[in-house]
Amino acid sequence: MKSALIRYLPLLILACAWETVARLGLVSSLALPPLSKVMAAWLDLVADGELIGNGLASLYRAGMGLVLAVAIGGALGIAMAWWRSVNLLVGPLVELFYPMPKSALIPVTVLWLGFGDGSKILLIFLGCMLPVTIGAFNGARGSERVLIWSARSMGASRLRVLWDVVLPSAMPELLNGIRTAIALAFILLVSSELIEARKGLGSLIGFLGNNGSYEAMFAVVLTVALLGFAADRAYQLLMQRVLQWRE
Amino acid sequence: MARVTQATAPWLPRLASRIAWGALFPIVLLGIGWELLASSGHVTPFQLPRLSAVFIRIWDDAQTGELAINAGLTLYRTLVGFAISVVGGVLLGAGMARSVSIRWFFDPIISVGFPMPKIAFLPIMVLWLGFFDVSKIAMIVLDAIFPVVTATLAGLNSVERELIWSARNMGASERELLWQVMLPAALPQILTGLQVSLPLCLIVAVVAEMAMGGYGLGGAMNTASRFADSRGVFAGIVEIAAVGYCLIKLMSLIRRRLLLWHQEALEPTTA
Repeated sequence: MKSALIRYLPLLILACAWETVARLGLVSSLALPPLSKVMAAWLDLVADGELIGNGLASLYRAGMGLVLAVAIGGALGIAMAWWRSVNLLVGPLVELFYPMPKSALIPVTVLWLGFGDGSKILLIFLGCMLPVTIGAFNGARGSERVLIWSARSMGASRLRVLWDVVLPSAMPELLNGIRTAIALAFILLVSSELIEARKGLGSLIGFLGNNGSYEAMFAVVLTVALLGFAADRAYQLLMQRVLQWRE
Repeated sequence: MARVTQATAPWLPRLASRIAWGALFPIVLLGIGWELLASSGHVTPFQLPRLSAVFIRIWDDAQTGELAINAGLTLYRTLVGFAISVVGGVLLGAGMARSVSIRWFFDPIISVGFPMPKIAFLPIMVLWLGFFDVSKIAMIVLDAIFPVVTATLAGLNSVERELIWSARNMGASERELLWQVMLPAALPQILTGLQVSLPLCLIVAVVAEMAMGGYGLGGAMNTASRFADSRGVFAGIVEIAAVGYCLIKLMSLIRRRLLLWHQEALEPTTA
């Protein structure tokens, strides 16, 4: 408890500095509203349901996009490692599209699917798929030949080997790829909602900013940032549990 | 150094060209597929314009000089943001590796800040720094500096003790130790951090331009999308993808060049 306090003391110092600077009027309260007021605005937003409604809309989009990306991207990566021909055909395309800044797809998904959930889910799916694919590919490719041979010689079918040997040994890198994907999902979610959307946390930020209610805007920005942080931490804990068998 | 390149030269171009031809085939296939799908009538030109029409559009933009202005501005913002992130990130990482108090202060900030979607701070940056280059570049740095800091810190911390001891033993000063032993030894990891950071710079540059409008590849795409000019949108995607591809290839070339002395340069790579 005490060590945690010492560890996170710098964050507390920053929060206090924020409050003091804003209270003393060193910067305009428009540019930096005091932290206490931001917290009050946060409570208001929770109370009138805006934060929760928009938050759920955002999480739904991010979740759907991620699930699709993990399922399809992971399957594609393992298929690339398992069948040489798939790798020959898909590998160069993955290499071509991987460095592409996925934010460039925001206007296209809107062009195809409009301003609603569909375009965000498609964007997050497309943007998050490749890190998962590459993680699954590297992991599955690295699975030890000896293990595969032993399983085969003990009479496991090819499908069984894929499921019982290749998939578990691909797990660590696959899970790392998914971690990158989660971070990307949040970036894409917020930027697409900031740019064009009618609900969701990103559009709430834009709306409050345009209205000049900066205290509430800061509150939503901090909420989004903390959500991203919490998702990453929760995922890390999950990863440790899933990979316990390796120890 | 020259001798090393010569020694590896004979097989390198042949291998590279084989990889290039093999890789080109699926890409050409994709292009042909796009063209056929777009002209088959199953999709409207609004949903998916022909690839050839998109290329004509890019050519027109190049003729009017618009492409050069937009791509130049986006590249300028990306690279300035990247340069600041690299210098700042390496300095901060080195500071954290050497001083306990700097590390104590920044460690929680980095570990909490890294996984945050910093792009959410975009409206705050606009509020503070206005709509022009400064806010966009600040946004880029805010996002791209984290991988550099953590990679530098991890790299410096994993330098072999024996190297440091030997250098000290031979009378190296602290500064010489840092510049001539620690940083070169940590270079592979630092470069990995830069390779994570550079694409982030471009992503954030494009998003910031889209959100704020104005010139730049992202801004041009946003304008095209507002006017339902789907050729312009797809031209933007192709342009941004090309810029991203070139930047990343350039970065991995620089990595090979800087790490010629390192073991990894001997391993075959497709990058």
